[in-house]
Amino acid sequence: MKIRKIKGAAMVLEALREEGVDQVFGFPGGAVLPLYNQLYDSPLKHLLVRHEQAAVHAADGYARVTGKPGVVFATSGPGATNLVTGIATAYMDSVPLVLITGQVASGFIGTDAFQEADITGITLPITKHNYLVKDAAELPETLSEAFYLASTGRCGPVLIDIPKDIFDQEAPFAYSVHCDISGYKPTYVGHMGQISRAVRAIKNAKRPVIFGGGGLIRSGASAELTRFAREAKIPVTLSLMGLGAYPGSEELFLGMPGMHGSVAANYALTESDLIIAMGVRFDDRVTGKLETFACDAKIIHIDIDPAEIGKNINIDIPIVGDVRLVLEAILERMKAPNTEAWLKKIDTWKKQYPLPDGGKMVNGCLKPQAVIRMLSDKFGPGTIVATDVGQHQMWSAQHFSITEPRTFLSSGGLGTMGYGFPAAIGAKVAMPDRKVLCITGDGSFQMNIQELATAAQYNLDVKIAVINNSCLGMVRQWQELFYDKRYSCTTLNVNPDFEKVAEAFGVKGLRAENEDEAAGAINVALETRGPVLINFVVEQEENVFPMVAPNHPIQEIITGGD
Amino acid sequence: MKHVLAILVEDKPGVLTRVAGLFSRRGFNIDNIAVGETVTPGISRMTVTVECSETIVEQVTKQLHKLVNVVKVSNLSNQPSVMRELMLLKVHAEVGNRSDIQQIVETFRGKVVDVSPDSMIVEVTGNEEKLEAIKLLLEHFGIKEIACTGKVALLRGSKVTRES
Ligand SMILES: Cc1ncc(C[n+]2csc(CCOP(=O)(O)OP(=O)(O)O)c2C)c(N)n1
Repeated sequence: MKIRKIKGAAMVLEALREEGVDQVFGFPGGAVLPLYNQLYDSPLKHLLVRHEQAAVHAADGYARVTGKPGVVFATSGPGATNLVTGIATAYMDSVPLVLITGQVASGFIGTDAFQEADITGITLPITKHNYLVKDAAELPETLSEAFYLASTGRCGPVLIDIPKDIFDQEAPFAYSVHCDISGYKPTYVGHMGQISRAVRAIKNAKRPVIFGGGGLIRSGASAELTRFAREAKIPVTLSLMGLGAYPGSEELFLGMPGMHGSVAANYALTESDLIIAMGVRFDDRVTGKLETFACDAKIIHIDIDPAEIGKNINIDIPIVGDVRLVLEAILERMKAPNTEAWLKKIDTWKKQYPLPDGGKMVNGCLKPQAVIRMLSDKFGPGTIVATDVGQHQMWSAQHFSITEPRTFLSSGGLGTMGYGFPAAIGAKVAMPDRKVLCITGDGSFQMNIQELATAAQYNLDVKIAVINNSCLGMVRQWQELFYDKRYSCTTLNVNPDFEKVAEAFGVKGLRAENEDEAAGAINVALETRGPVLINFVVEQEENVFPMVAPNHPIQEIITGGD
Repeated sequence: MKHVLAILVEDKPGVLTRVAGLFSRRGFNIDNIAVGETVTPGISRMTVTVECSETIVEQVTKQLHKLVNVVKVSNLSNQPSVMRELMLLKVHAEVGNRSDIQQIVETFRGKVVDVSPDSMIVEVTGNEEKLEAIKLLLEHFGIKEIACTGKVALLRGSKVTRES
C-alpha cells in the first residue's frame, strides 16, 4: 500500500480525528496560521478563548469531566508562554492534555526571531514530556506518542512544538493510535504479594481509615471504593482532588482532611492504626507537620506513580498500580475488620465538631457558607462545580454536596487563581446537558474575567457565582491569624460592579446582598438558558474553619467556634 | 554517601537537559556527570555521581524512571564495580624538577603527554582517591590548570547494565 503524503498541518488534524478528538481550545497567531488555515475546512470544533491561559484551563476542565485528553492550539512566543500557568496547573493535578504550539520556522530557531520562545525548554519541568518537531515525517509518531503519554499511567500534559514551515512540509502519513515507548511502561496490576499483605493488615485493623485522592477519579475507582468502604465498614476521607470519588452524602464520609479538613477526619487519621491511602500524594496541605502525622498508623499506599510512594512519608505496604484494579483485587480477597467501636468514636467527633456554618448574618450581610449551601441545594446533585482558589474554594469543598466523581473541578496542587471560570467553560463544552456552576472569588474571577466574552460568544450555559468579599480573602485570613491583622495589599475596595461588567459582555448579571435576593437570583439563573453571573456580596471578615496552621500537627485544630 | 548511577537514555535532543534539570529541580546535587555511547545504537549512557542518603537516591531513581527518554537506571555503588575518572593536570615544571614529577607520575601509572619550557601536562586515570593523592603531590610543584572527566563505571564480572 502506498502511504499518502500530506502536510504537517493536515497531519495534526488527522491525528486528532484518529484519537477521537472533536473539540479543541485555542487562540491563533502567526506561527499557527497554516494550522488554522487547515482548520477552516475541518469539522473539528474550536473554542476561541480570549487568553491562551484560559484555553489550557478550559481544556483541563474538559479533560477532568470526560477523562479524555484536552487539546490546545496556541501560537509561538507569547501565545506559548501564556500557556505556562495552565500547563503547570494540569501537571500538578495529573490532567491529560495535548498542547500544540507553533514555533518560528526551523531556520530561525535560536536566532531570537520575532515571537520566538523556547517553549520546550520553558515547559520541561511542567510537562510529562514534550517535543520539538524537526521534520514533518516525525509528526505521526510524535502525535501518537503525545496522546498515549498524556492519557496513560499517571496522566499529564504533553506539549508538541511545531515550527511554522513543518506545518507546510509534506511527508508520508500513517497513523497508529497504539505505541510502544521503550522508556515508558506504566504498571497497572498490583503486586499480588503486597495485595495479600494489605488484605491481612485490613483484616486485623482496629481503627482503619481510607484516605483517597485524585487518583481514584482518574482511574474510575468510585464504584470499587464505595463497595470497599461499605463492605469493610471503614470511614473515608478524601483530599480536595478526591472529592466526588465517594459520595459526600454517605454515613462513612468524614469530609476532607488537613488544613481545612473536618475535625473528625483529622482526628481519625491521627488516631488510626491503618491508613489505606489511594491515589494521593501526602501533600503538605493534608499532612501538616510530617513528623506528627498519623504516628500510630501503618500505611498502605496504592498509587500508579512509584515515585509518589515514600516521597513524603514512610510507607509500610506500597502497592504500585492502577487504583481501580488494585481495589478490585483487594475486594476479591478481603475480610472485613471489626470497626464498630471505632465508628462509634468517629461518630462522637462528627457530632461534637460539625462544620462551622458561619452562623447568623451580621448587619444583614450574607454569609458565604450559607450562599454555598443554597447553591448546593438549588443546583442539586450532579451539578459540575468548578472553583477558583481561596476561601470560596474551601467553603465549596466543605459545603457543596459533591456526590459524583468528575463533578468537582479545582486547582489543588498549584492553587491557580483564574482556573475556575475557564475550567467551567471547558466542562460545559464537554457536557452540554449538565448544569455547570463556577464558584469564584472577586479576586480570582478578575484573573480570567475576559472569558465572559467567550461565554457570551458561544452562549455557554455556565452560571458564575462570585463570592464577593471585596478582598483577597484567603490571604487576608492568614494576615489576620498570623500577621497581626496587617492587611497588606489584600483589600479590593475598588472592585467593579461585577453584574455590570457581565452585562457589558452580553452576559446576564445579577446582584444579591441578602438571603432573599440570593435565593431569587439563583432561581433566575436556573431558569435562564445561557451564561448568568451572580454577584453575591458577602461578609468580608468571614474565615474558613476548621483550620490547622501550616506545618502544625493536624490534630491541632482552630475551630473558630470561640 | 556517594552514589554512582548508570543511566541509559535514548539519544534524543534535550535528554541531557532533562536529566540534569531533574536533579537541580528536585534539589539533588550532582557531583559529576559523564556521557557517552553504549553498544546499542541510539542509547547513551550517563554516569551521574550524587552525594545523598539512601532514601533520597531511591527517590532520584524513581523520578529518573519517569523521564520518558530514560530507559534504565542502575545504582552501581551498591554492587561491585570498576570506577574510573581521567584527569589532565598542567603542572609547573622546570628543568630542575621534571624528573621528580616524572617519578610521581610513574608511581601513579600516569603519563606525561605534553612538555613545554615551563610546564608539563600529566594524564592520570583512576578512582577518586588515587586522583586526589596525585593532585596533592603535584600541588607541591604548582598546578596551573586541571581538566577532569566525570566518573564512569562498569559492574565487575559478566553482569551488564542493559536497556532491557
Ligand atoms: C495566580 C495566583 N496568585 C496568587 C495566589 C495567592 N492567593 C491564594 S488565595 C488568594 C486570594 C483569593 O481571593 P479571591 O479569589 O477573592 O477568593 P477568596 O479567598 O476571597 O474567597 C490569593 C491571592 C494564587 N493562589 N494564585
